[in-house]
Amino acid sequence: MTALLEIRGLVIESRNSAAPLVRSCNLSVNRGEVVGIVGESGSGKTMVAKSILGLLPPGVSQIAGSITLDGKDMAGLSLRELRSIRGGTVGMIFQEPMTSLNPSMTIGHQLEEGLRLHRRYSRDERRSRVIDMLARVGIRDAEAALDRHPHQFSGGMRQRIMIASVMLLEPALLIADEPTTALDALIQKDVLDLMIGLAREKNTAILFVSHDLAMISRYTQQTIVMAQGEIVESGRTAEVMTRPEHPYTRKLLASVPRRITVPGRSPERPIIEMEGLAVDYRNPDRSFWKPVSRRIVENIDLSIYPGEVVALVGESGSGKTTVGRAAVGLLRSVAGRVLFEGKPIKRNGDNYASYRRNCQMVFQDPYSSLDPRMTIGALVAEPLRMTGAMTSAEKRERVLAMLNEVNLTGDFANRFPHQLSGGQRQRVAIARALIGTPKFIVADEPVSALDVTVRAQVLELFNRLQQRHHFACLFISHDLDVVEAVADRVVVMRAGELVESGTTEAVFSRPRHEYTCRLLNARIRRESVEA
Amino acid sequence: MKLRFNLLAGGSVMAIVAIAALTALVWTPHDPLALSFTTRLKPPGSAFPFGTDEFGRDLLSRLMAGAGPSLGISLLAVLTALTIGITLGVVSGYWRGWPDRLLMMVTDALMAFPGILLALGLLAILGAHMRGIVLALGLAFAPAVARIMRGTVISVREREFVDASRLMGNSELFTLARHVLPNCLAPIIVLATSMMGWALLAESALSFLGLGLAPPAPTWGNMLSASRTFLSQAPWLGIFPGLAISLTLLAMNLLGDGLRDLLDPRMRGL
Repeated sequence: MTALLEIRGLVIESRNSAAPLVRSCNLSVNRGEVVGIVGESGSGKTMVAKSILGLLPPGVSQIAGSITLDGKDMAGLSLRELRSIRGGTVGMIFQEPMTSLNPSMTIGHQLEEGLRLHRRYSRDERRSRVIDMLARVGIRDAEAALDRHPHQFSGGMRQRIMIASVMLLEPALLIADEPTTALDALIQKDVLDLMIGLAREKNTAILFVSHDLAMISRYTQQTIVMAQGEIVESGRTAEVMTRPEHPYTRKLLASVPRRITVPGRSPERPIIEMEGLAVDYRNPDRSFWKPVSRRIVENIDLSIYPGEVVALVGESGSGKTTVGRAAVGLLRSVAGRVLFEGKPIKRNGDNYASYRRNCQMVFQDPYSSLDPRMTIGALVAEPLRMTGAMTSAEKRERVLAMLNEVNLTGDFANRFPHQLSGGQRQRVAIARALIGTPKFIVADEPVSALDVTVRAQVLELFNRLQQRHHFACLFISHDLDVVEAVADRVVVMRAGELVESGTTEAVFSRPRHEYTCRLLNARIRRESVEA
Repeated sequence: MKLRFNLLAGGSVMAIVAIAALTALVWTPHDPLALSFTTRLKPPGSAFPFGTDEFGRDLLSRLMAGAGPSLGISLLAVLTALTIGITLGVVSGYWRGWPDRLLMMVTDALMAFPGILLALGLLAILGAHMRGIVLALGLAFAPAVARIMRGTVISVREREFVDASRLMGNSELFTLARHVLPNCLAPIIVLATSMMGWALLAESALSFLGLGLAPPAPTWGNMLSASRTFLSQAPWLGIFPGLAISLTLLAMNLLGDGLRDLLDPRMRGL
């Protein structure tokens, strides 16, 4: 049997970089087969996917190699033939469901568009097919959905609609580029199950691009591992996962080092307490004089003791970040209070200066948390301004020591943030938070913007620093693997309220709340491959 | 490399203009105001390098003498606009709430008028002297600055480094000065340099309507507008002031671009 898709010796180059983005890539996809391409960002996996349909961005071009689809060489096709293949024979699902649907067209129109272009059906038949497909992907009241616009659906629903629009045409090949990366952990699995199920039904092959090994191992039969534009390993998924040959694959597979948890915390008083905390979100643009407000979190009671790492878990929109920001005083509460070392915090009260100095935060996005106009040295030194009584030589020495602690050499002090990689920036952000030796840190999804292997390094660093300095930490994350690796205690949030809390082990092995069970079940774990 | 060129080219042209304007205070080749009917409308030659105007006044001398007032008016007008606009923009963008609503309503209302019309109205109240023109043009340009500043401040203040600064215990004003303002400069510099151009032209338009600096005092603007009547017989009357204005504007823009890039570490090729 000839392969459905055959790529031979593909080389892709960019005008802006000397090294090719993809060098000598060979792969083949058989009918009905699910093939995964895994690798970090910048490894060239998306470029390979895009080149199949000739969708490379401007300035990037395929300079060698052949792409054969269904026995036909794609290079020899006219634009017209290529158009009939796009959507018709090969469907594509993009990463961002928020932007891949046209916001000003109704769902019905968008879904019908493909059918009108590629298939000859009567108007009524088109309509009934669209409704059937929408129902099939789990859209309730499919008929009413036809007249709605994309913004009326959540991200997960939109991605389902995207899948519906692609699968309507029953393509022979589906290219899915990080189809669920932008979605919440809780719905990722549902969407993927749906996509794979539909594909199996219609005997559609899938080229599944992802950075998530767990997903690849669960859903694919063949795996291709890419690093720096090259295929470093490929083979049956089960074999790649159990017997990785290339060191890079092993690095990807290596799980995050677990932190040695300190059992039994001392009966000290908590460093931070939240009592019946409620926070509103105020939208200044909605009314003239008084901002419209909406309750984000309510009834939050949470104590954090010196030296412990508490993970705050929940899906996006559940109010995790709001709680974290309220804990360090970036958001004002409308009810309840925050206590620091047993005393309530008042702006400019006697414990305020100490609270400010001792409660710091590491932000989610290392690209926006560092002032682009300051050198790394100045950035890390800035908190020392408040401690006072330090000569500039002492400060400089302290900064260098701190940089050293986060594994950055001294010459980073003179660089600017844009010259650093994401992982390095996050190290700088950690150094800045820790330089004043705070007792409490809020880490708001500190590794979710980072690549898998970099994530492991930063977490390892975090664990080491925590053990050395014994700061307490509220670690906000939606990634349960990360939580398992760093936290002593887990607190689960849902829709603005705390629903469960307990030691990490207890929550993971014996979840009590129904929502926690769902979160844990939704976790896509690497399949334990037997035989 | 390109960066250096911008700064160097813009800087040297501006330096020449500045030297010419300063020299004119103590010396010009001829008296810029002296009328002479024997030398009316002389083309450029050895005695009058840029020719003479309809009253026989030396064009080069008038250009030199006009450089000071022209550039002075536009520079001061732009500075006025920046001061007012940046303050209003920062207040609305950073603190939001009702001050924002109120200020933006006022600026929106002001922006509904063409700038020149607004300046005309203000001049009628303030009087057509140097201070009046500067203030009128400054007020007319301020709403645009406020609008742009507000938008930039809003986007910058949502960045996490601003929160980080608050967490360090920095006061709001320090945060504003150290982290917010420097990151809002780029669009303002670009706007300011193009505003210089509008101000130069607006001054000439006001002169044309008799509300600029009163003749016979020369400004580039009123020289340009006076040249129109004689353009077919004496094109140099229009060409030289026009060249002076456009070269100065070009230099300003180069200087502005260079300055913006110099202030931005990402552009320094580091």
